[in-house]
Amino acid sequence: MTIQQTRIDRRFQALKNEGRGGLVTFVTAGDPDPETAAQILAGLPAAGADIIELGMPFSDPMADGPAIQASSLRALKAGQTMRRTLEMVRAFRQSDPDTPIVLMGYYNPIFVYPAEAFLDDAAAVGVDGLIVVDVPPEADNELCLPAMKRGLSFIRLATPTTDAKRLPAVLQNTSGFVYYVSIAGITGTAAPVVNDVQSQVARIKSSTPLPVVVGFGVKSPDQVRALSEGADGVVVGSALVRAIEDSLGANGQATDKTASAVLDLVKHLSTALRP
Amino acid sequence: MENVSQGQRNSYRTGPNEHGFFGQFGGRFVAETLMPLILDLEQAYEDAKADPEFHAALKHLMTQYGGRPSPLYFAERLTEHLGGAKIYFKRDELNHTGSHKINNCLGQILLARRMGKTRIIAETGAGQHGVAVATVCARFGLPCEIYMGKTDVERQKPNMVRMHLLGAKVNAVTSGAMTLKDAMNEALRDWVANVHDTYYLIGTAAGPHPYPEIVRDFQSVIGEETRQQMMDVEGRLPDSLVACIGGGSNAIGLFHPFLDDKDIKIYGVEAGGHGIDQHNGHAASMSGGAPGVLHGNRTYLLQDAEGQIMEGHSISAGLDYPGVGPEHSWLRDSGRVEYVPITDTEALDAFQLCSKLEGIIPALEPSHALAWVCKLAPKLAKDHLLVMNLCGRGDKDVFAVADHLGMDI
Repeated sequence: MTIQQTRIDRRFQALKNEGRGGLVTFVTAGDPDPETAAQILAGLPAAGADIIELGMPFSDPMADGPAIQASSLRALKAGQTMRRTLEMVRAFRQSDPDTPIVLMGYYNPIFVYPAEAFLDDAAAVGVDGLIVVDVPPEADNELCLPAMKRGLSFIRLATPTTDAKRLPAVLQNTSGFVYYVSIAGITGTAAPVVNDVQSQVARIKSSTPLPVVVGFGVKSPDQVRALSEGADGVVVGSALVRAIEDSLGANGQATDKTASAVLDLVKHLSTALRP
Repeated sequence: MENVSQGQRNSYRTGPNEHGFFGQFGGRFVAETLMPLILDLEQAYEDAKADPEFHAALKHLMTQYGGRPSPLYFAERLTEHLGGAKIYFKRDELNHTGSHKINNCLGQILLARRMGKTRIIAETGAGQHGVAVATVCARFGLPCEIYMGKTDVERQKPNMVRMHLLGAKVNAVTSGAMTLKDAMNEALRDWVANVHDTYYLIGTAAGPHPYPEIVRDFQSVIGEETRQQMMDVEGRLPDSLVACIGGGSNAIGLFHPFLDDKDIKIYGVEAGGHGIDQHNGHAASMSGGAPGVLHGNRTYLLQDAEGQIMEGHSISAGLDYPGVGPEHSWLRDSGRVEYVPITDTEALDAFQLCSKLEGIIPALEPSHALAWVCKLAPKLAKDHLLVMNLCGRGDKDVFAVADHLGMDI
């Protein structure tokens, strides 16, 4: 409906002008603690993140593998709440007016917030989009349409099981971009098969003008480079939260290496997309 | 709340609607990878329902393999002891595998075969559903993997052994609280990764649509038989029904055929654990929880103010699930069924009473229902007909109970 371009639209336009795919980074809000997480978030754009997915921690992340499960639990244990997650975005926005932030997670913490108030607050603090894993197009009137009304993009996952019959339903109210899940499975496990992914991405792109990014199971610059062929961006998540996990001290607390471990990895991965 | 009873306000039996909702509860809140499968399952179930051969095959299995119908037994000594209502047990603990779980498994395994699936996965809490799944998989020669929380593996050893003997692979789940909800998370993760050949055989009347409807329909044989048997024995319908609720499959099976008999009082008994005033000390999602979305459906959940799911507690591994089937949530809010909590201690007392008075060792799950019967029956007239679903036998629980009672064996 809006003629005004969103932050997400502008970013993909800029990437197109640069002639490269974008690096989309996922970290969980509040992992491993609020201060370190804020430090990581603030450092992501300079490290090479073009779009930031910020996980809203949930006790039962059914579509996620062990790395993101653990990340979610660390954040919750450190006292993360939905309000703190939104505050984190507000603080980030004060110094970065350009990098799109997409909140990603599960429906229940939004449902009990409750949903309408959550969408108001998310739009107010400068969130650009939402990925809510367990709200399919069949339930668009609950969250997707109210989000769009507030100018928030509702980004849908398309998967290897999204066949030609199903794809139109998935694309119908999607905005911002489409997230192609490169494997039938959970995050951070199997590695995607590049050729299969490229043909699937081509199929989706022939059905929508929206940018398509690819994620799930991506850990190396080589994968980033290969998967970005034909796509508009590549998502890295589990590898980043695993870097957090590996940097923690024996007591499970952040160390002075935690933020740099994540940011260095982002820098390393982003070289694959830059000349 | 448009929905279920639109234009048919006189019936409680028409749900779910085409989107899988019972009022605001139910639905299909799953990841996109699973949506096409859920839609396929819905179609396959509609086809099966319309196929007389499917019904005939199921009836044959239920009778010859499952041991149905289960008796409706007049619990004479318990009735005398409590001094009020005339108490009947629906003896679903006499089914093959020792609980009502086999009813649903026989139905769903036939469905899985119709769909051409070659691998079965399932979650289990107390292990009763796991055993029933392992049993039907053995019977039909299909490989099967069962997800069971590590905590439950430890407190339900006998069922663990049974599943192994039946040829199932049991995966002890170490994520989260290591109980039923975590087992369900892991089963869903397995399913997402193996969608091409795998059928997820959900054991309770929860999960995404169409599971709550499928499980209810296969369990409704309990209530249908009860209706007929009560007419045969007493010449009229019962006055009240009692069943325990974890996810609620045995309860919805008993209740559903009676929902429109408005004079019949219906009680669902939740696991009150240490008491519903104890923070995270119970598993009574309807008496002490709030609506939310988990495992594919909207329903009452044990959760904190942030929408994070709590683990819950019950002495019974089959009842400590933080959710409940969506149809129960709807029946609660509509006032048709009354849901009440029973504590661990009350259930343990009832377990012992039943063993000694009736010579039946009940599972800890229906011991909760029995404890409510013990409270209710003395206040009722002697001609009041009460039916309790004795949905499982207690063999699996004897070691845990001995432990709780400090018995030195």
